[in-house]
Amino acid sequence: MTAQTQTLSPNPTRILGSRTLLLPGLIACVGLLIGALLWSITLGAADITPEVVYASLFNFDDSNFDHLIIQTVRLPRVLAGVIVGAALAVAGAIMQGLTRNPLADSGILGINSGASFAVVMAVFLLGNPPLSVYALFGFIGAGTAAALVYFLGSFGRGGATPLKLTLAGVILTAFISSFTTAILISDQETLDKIRFWTAGSLAGREMPLLIQTAPYILIGLLGALLISRQITTISLGDDVAKGLGQNTLWVKGLAAVIVVLLAGGAVALAGPIGFVGLVVPHVARLFVGVDYRWIIPYSALIGGLLVTLADVGSRIMIRPLELPVGVMMAMLGAPFFIWLARWKVKR
Amino acid sequence: MNSFIHIENLSLSYDNDLMIVHQLNLQISKGTMTALVGPNGCGKSTLLRGLSRLLKPKQGAVYLDGQNIHAMKARDLAQQLGILPQSPTAPEGLTVHELVAQGRYPHQSWFQQWSHNDEQIVQEALVTTNLTMFADHPVDTLSGGQRQRAWVAMALAQQTDVLLLDEPTTYLDLAYQMDVLDLLDDLNAKGHTIIMVLHDLNQAARYADTIVALRGGQIVAQGTPEQVMTVENILQVFGLQAEVMTDPITGTPMCVPIGRRGSRRKTRLAPSNGRYLLTPVMHELERS
Repeated sequence: MTAQTQTLSPNPTRILGSRTLLLPGLIACVGLLIGALLWSITLGAADITPEVVYASLFNFDDSNFDHLIIQTVRLPRVLAGVIVGAALAVAGAIMQGLTRNPLADSGILGINSGASFAVVMAVFLLGNPPLSVYALFGFIGAGTAAALVYFLGSFGRGGATPLKLTLAGVILTAFISSFTTAILISDQETLDKIRFWTAGSLAGREMPLLIQTAPYILIGLLGALLISRQITTISLGDDVAKGLGQNTLWVKGLAAVIVVLLAGGAVALAGPIGFVGLVVPHVARLFVGVDYRWIIPYSALIGGLLVTLADVGSRIMIRPLELPVGVMMAMLGAPFFIWLARWKVKR
Repeated sequence: MNSFIHIENLSLSYDNDLMIVHQLNLQISKGTMTALVGPNGCGKSTLLRGLSRLLKPKQGAVYLDGQNIHAMKARDLAQQLGILPQSPTAPEGLTVHELVAQGRYPHQSWFQQWSHNDEQIVQEALVTTNLTMFADHPVDTLSGGQRQRAWVAMALAQQTDVLLLDEPTTYLDLAYQMDVLDLLDDLNAKGHTIIMVLHDLNQAARYADTIVALRGGQIVAQGTPEQVMTVENILQVFGLQAEVMTDPITGTPMCVPIGRRGSRRKTRLAPSNGRYLLTPVMHELERS
């Protein structure tokens, strides 16, 4: 029977159609990410050769000016980029699986704007808050916004449909962002402190803030990997998942906490960088299909890679000036969003 | 009566005001095929949700083999009872094999991964549903009938005694409807207890051992197709004037609605033993 051979052939709809390619692919992503990181470290006001980068990382000399730049300025910046990219991408992947909404993303569903409003409030109210406060306010803002959007989007027939959730997110974003802007234009001091941050920026991220924020994000990433199998099942729909014996309330609750940790932490660290969570999971799916045990690790790596490359782009496009990386992501993400809305959204 | 599923005084509603199913009692025997029929909004799908724990009862209980299903662990119930919601949709790109593999979910734990046994059960489900050659095809590229069979295969991989299906033939072409029903009939012959919501009375009469007719959240009639499919019951349940004839293929009762256009032509039918047969048509066929 000729059709029988099709069983053995790789899946033509995925780039890594054969299951044996998934792990090597993941390792290749790690390799690409490390390469991009090293490239990013060499770029800046002073060009530093890869050899010097290598030496500063593994054979640090505190009298060497280049080594100091790398350790205090460039390394925190690229690490922040990787962590933020991974966090936003994984948060997007979880939200897309959970809501069965291809447009789900912490930016579009209003979570980023909630987190950034809370962080701006913290700076506005506390003046010069300790660094640990950024993450805390990020979580409060992200959590509140997520709850509000879910609440608003659940009204009416059919509960939280993709379209209603998206609209609720867009409305909440417009609403909260206007408050954020109101604070920033009325208070010059707050604006000066975080002007770049509000557009989503990796410039000037320093090690202490990274150390305060990264652990939460790492916990979120680990949690995402642990519930990845559950996300695949719930992506078949609530009723099907329940029929298969899944406690969907638990899964949704855990996933919501993880998304808040990831998106809130990412925004506290680098401001509201949009579109990462929207774009990256779709790219990951092109490679690995629909199994979240693979989508989540691939999304983390591709998200880290994308933000790192966008950050490089933001620094070399209008040299010697630089764009906030959030602006760079918007230029890449907006056309992608239109493509998605055109082809992938059924309702 | 060997009662396997026992529904006792069951009331179901989505909010507290309006009871969709009201104090309903029903017994279902092991190994039977039961069709729930009734007009839109009669509570047949809601009843199926209550049977499967998708909906928590406001009152009463459902017992499966003596156990209250709402007191069981979700996973334990899912090892005994599978449900296919009405027209489920798979995520884009999900292959048939991946979908069917999800059926193994209740048999796995957070740490226990895919086993050889799991794979074998999935392969068997693919063979039973005649989908082996489509194992690596995305579900969304299949025809409607193949897609529904893939979902049935997922429920099969769950290896449950009981299968609940909410309108498994809705939105399918007629040939695919028969295809899916024949598959369910095969599964029933292998010992699965099947309870399904069906829209089409004649399909229910053909395939079910027992028909349960609902209206307004209560059972109006239940029994064999011959007992339930009567002119009076159809009028009472659907508010529809119809004649009941004998299905020429299976000998089961067959509902033929009259409608306004039909009633003008009723003279063409001759009564016979309380049922109408298509004698005038037969005469015409003989003449030609």
